[in-house]
Amino acid sequence: MAMWRWSVREMADRVRAGEVKPSELTEAVLARIRETEGKIRAFLHMDEEAAMSRARGLDGRAGEARGLLFGVPGAVKDNLCTAGVRTTCASRILANYVPPYTATAVCKLEEHGAVLVGKTNMDEFAMGSSTENSAFQKTANPWDLNRVPGGSSGGSAAAVAAGQVPFALGSDTGGSIRQPAAFCGVVGLKPTYGRVSRYGLVAFASSLDQIGPITRTVEDAALVLQAIAGRDPRDSTSAPVEVPDWTASLTGEVKGMRLAVPREYIGEGTDPAVAEAVKRAVETLAGLGAVVEEVSLPHTKYAVAVYYLIAPAEASSNLARYDGVRYGVRVEGDNLIDMYGRTRSQGFGPEVKRRIMLGTYALSSGYYDAYYLRAQKVRTLIRRDFEAVFERFDAVVAPTAPTTAFRFGEKIEDPLTMYLNDVLTIPVNLAGLPAISVPCGLAGGLPVGLQVIGKPFDEATVLRVAHAYEQAAALKLEPAGL
Amino acid sequence: MEFETVIGLEVHVELATKTKIFCGCSTEFGAPPNTHVCPVCLGHPGVLPVLNRRALELAMKAALALNCRIARESKFDRKNYFYPDLPKAYQISQYDMPIGEDGYIEIEVDGRTKRIGITRVHLEEDAGKLMHSADGLHSLVDFNRVGVPLIEIVSEPDMRSPEEARAYLEKLKAIMQYCEISDVRMEEGSLRCDANISLRPAGSTSFGTKTEIKNLNSFRNVQRGLEYEQERQRQILLSGGEVVQETRRWDEATGQTVSMRSKEEAHDYRYFPEPDLVALSIDDAWVERIRQTIPELPDARKRRFIEQYGLPAYDAGVLTASKGVADFFDEAVRYVDDPKAVSNWMMGELLGHMNQSGLEIGRVKVTPRGLAKLIGLIREGTISTKIAKTVFAEMFETGKDPESIIEEKGLVQISDEGALAAIVDKVIEANPKSVADYKGGKEKALGALVGQVMKETKGKANPQLVNKLLKERLG
Repeated sequence: MAMWRWSVREMADRVRAGEVKPSELTEAVLARIRETEGKIRAFLHMDEEAAMSRARGLDGRAGEARGLLFGVPGAVKDNLCTAGVRTTCASRILANYVPPYTATAVCKLEEHGAVLVGKTNMDEFAMGSSTENSAFQKTANPWDLNRVPGGSSGGSAAAVAAGQVPFALGSDTGGSIRQPAAFCGVVGLKPTYGRVSRYGLVAFASSLDQIGPITRTVEDAALVLQAIAGRDPRDSTSAPVEVPDWTASLTGEVKGMRLAVPREYIGEGTDPAVAEAVKRAVETLAGLGAVVEEVSLPHTKYAVAVYYLIAPAEASSNLARYDGVRYGVRVEGDNLIDMYGRTRSQGFGPEVKRRIMLGTYALSSGYYDAYYLRAQKVRTLIRRDFEAVFERFDAVVAPTAPTTAFRFGEKIEDPLTMYLNDVLTIPVNLAGLPAISVPCGLAGGLPVGLQVIGKPFDEATVLRVAHAYEQAAALKLEPAGL
Repeated sequence: MEFETVIGLEVHVELATKTKIFCGCSTEFGAPPNTHVCPVCLGHPGVLPVLNRRALELAMKAALALNCRIARESKFDRKNYFYPDLPKAYQISQYDMPIGEDGYIEIEVDGRTKRIGITRVHLEEDAGKLMHSADGLHSLVDFNRVGVPLIEIVSEPDMRSPEEARAYLEKLKAIMQYCEISDVRMEEGSLRCDANISLRPAGSTSFGTKTEIKNLNSFRNVQRGLEYEQERQRQILLSGGEVVQETRRWDEATGQTVSMRSKEEAHDYRYFPEPDLVALSIDDAWVERIRQTIPELPDARKRRFIEQYGLPAYDAGVLTASKGVADFFDEAVRYVDDPKAVSNWMMGELLGHMNQSGLEIGRVKVTPRGLAKLIGLIREGTISTKIAKTVFAEMFETGKDPESIIEEKGLVQISDEGALAAIVDKVIEANPKSVADYKGGKEKALGALVGQVMKETKGKANPQLVNKLLKERLG
């Protein structure tokens, strides 16, 4: 098997066993990237020389204590700050921004010996579900080059699906890891809010954002999460919760586990072929001895509305710092206000502007109570829906997205339809829960994702269920587009 | 028509922490521009704030010292507005759950004690500083001050005159200083004051339309600005006009307030809870621990100075206005059992020299023990009060011991009868007219003779002894 096809686990094991050198692995994935990138366009920034030099440096450290990802190449989404390496968030306004510091999650990857080969494309400031909102390029879905990879972590998902890297980090505010993972036929894990430090993740919506891995296997997701998780004194919202050994929970055993299928998640707007694939996956889990029951999460229907008040409200504040004064792009003007106006008008794309306006409005005096405050109250109700279900169940299983990957341009002109594509992932962010998307077959030749949602900080169960399904289904999914 | 003035103050106090409120940068004042900065306080993409525990505790201490109720649950909020000195384009502040609420302090005006309510005390971060070029074509910004912890202390509209406002501010400053919460140096901006002022017909209970005055950059200017604004509003009302609700800026050069922005132009700050910080939960034990760190406050100390040392209320008030001065007094009276003499020397000489030289008590070279010695030397008759003032000036200048100054300069009082008698005889001989005047009943003439003796001895003669010798000789 070609080296680039190896999983994170296999690469790490073989480096550890001395069968392969880190530089050989990096060379192999760089070759794969050169071969496929013309079609996929997953990367916004690459530095082959820097990656090779780092990998060669690791070659010589064979005797040292090694991290979980020693010698394993990977990529990170371009909203994670990397000292000395341009970090744009796929936005014109940060086109020239080179951070003076590195995100905690990226530091941890490097401490574990990973070799980062580049920064992946995304929707501008992670706002979007197709990666079409990137100011710089469109990324294609490896399964069908005429289709989107999903978003906002479309570059990361496409790169992993195309075999360009065995893992990539994404960020998930309303489904931005899980939905592209589902669209590209790979595994995407959004950890519990507070599990991974957000320090160095360019903020979109601070109370919802969370960094997580995109990989080709569930075990790899566990490994990468293991490397990046944990309390960080630089992030007050990172939780002082113990980090267990997640690979140990991958037993393949789900017998007697109680799985809930929310009826609201397979309804109107869900592609019947997607529903069918998920139904078969749930049957597979039942066949392994899991107890499956239908439940209700009654406030699900408000989730998208709540999300599109809270996330833009936070974004309107988070993105106010891009004013042309200290860093990033500045467009000169006649006076201060004029400079602000020109910089932001030319620096931000239409979707970002739309959300800044939505959020500014929702927080405005006289509207705050009716919109932002009310949204927070409904958010609590959505969280309570899950709490009630988790009193009786170990995990919730559902589709990740209501459809498979759509064509370029299909939804971009209609923001509301685009927003609805996140209807099944958004509630999880609002409740701060961990959830994974694992491939569960094809519908019309395109991948479908099974979503497994767990209790707060119970990534172990989420991984265990997804892994058991993955092993039992033993799907051999290879993108047809390459 | 008679009007009553209504004033409320919003005071910002920089907390005396070593590092900033949300990052590890130094808070030192006066460093070269943009040297105390990091990605966090510069608002780089992706950074997060982490609360400085010391800042929170100083805010709690301030709130307790101002008799506030400490919130058991508190949180931070974002105050959103664009300005080049505000890197994140929002200030992390507290909106609806401040650290402290419902406090008060007492002030004294015209010998009467008055209680001024404190609405709230909240914690927030400071902004940077803009410097505009003389040609008006560009501005520079220094971010050193960004993230320096501040508390905002909002008073009730309880003050009725600019004098009361000034007294309130001075008391506030003293309390902050006593508790070592802040340097409270208005000239360095570690204490800043905005004022709300309105007028209403005497006897009315509803409020008139207020204006907010900014840029009141010294205690004197707080009073001057308010006096100006009080008169401006009075004239408007007297001429049948209406005061416009607006923010006005005090211009020290012209001695006037000028309009900055109207109510309609006021910002909508779009406050919302800061999602990057967790809510604060403060238990009773923590509050008690902080309460224990509050020292004797100015009012209590003043009462003690009156009761324990028998000082007049005026003296006690002056000496306790600054903690350093009061500490000096407390220590000096340990060495010399004459509180009134210590008080007189401190209020007259020490504070006088401090005012003249602009030195703060902490940097004064005279020690409490040195002053006590000086007073002892007067009481023993070693030096006269007049000489002692010269000695004190030298002590203030050099920090030397009074004894060594006296010795070096040969200032010891002449109390030797034999030595003085010769000089007295010489003076009597040389001033027949004064002698005749005295003998003729002009008591004053004796003074002239004493003066001559002092002149001859360069002021070192023991005046009581000179008096005695003269009287003996002149019968």
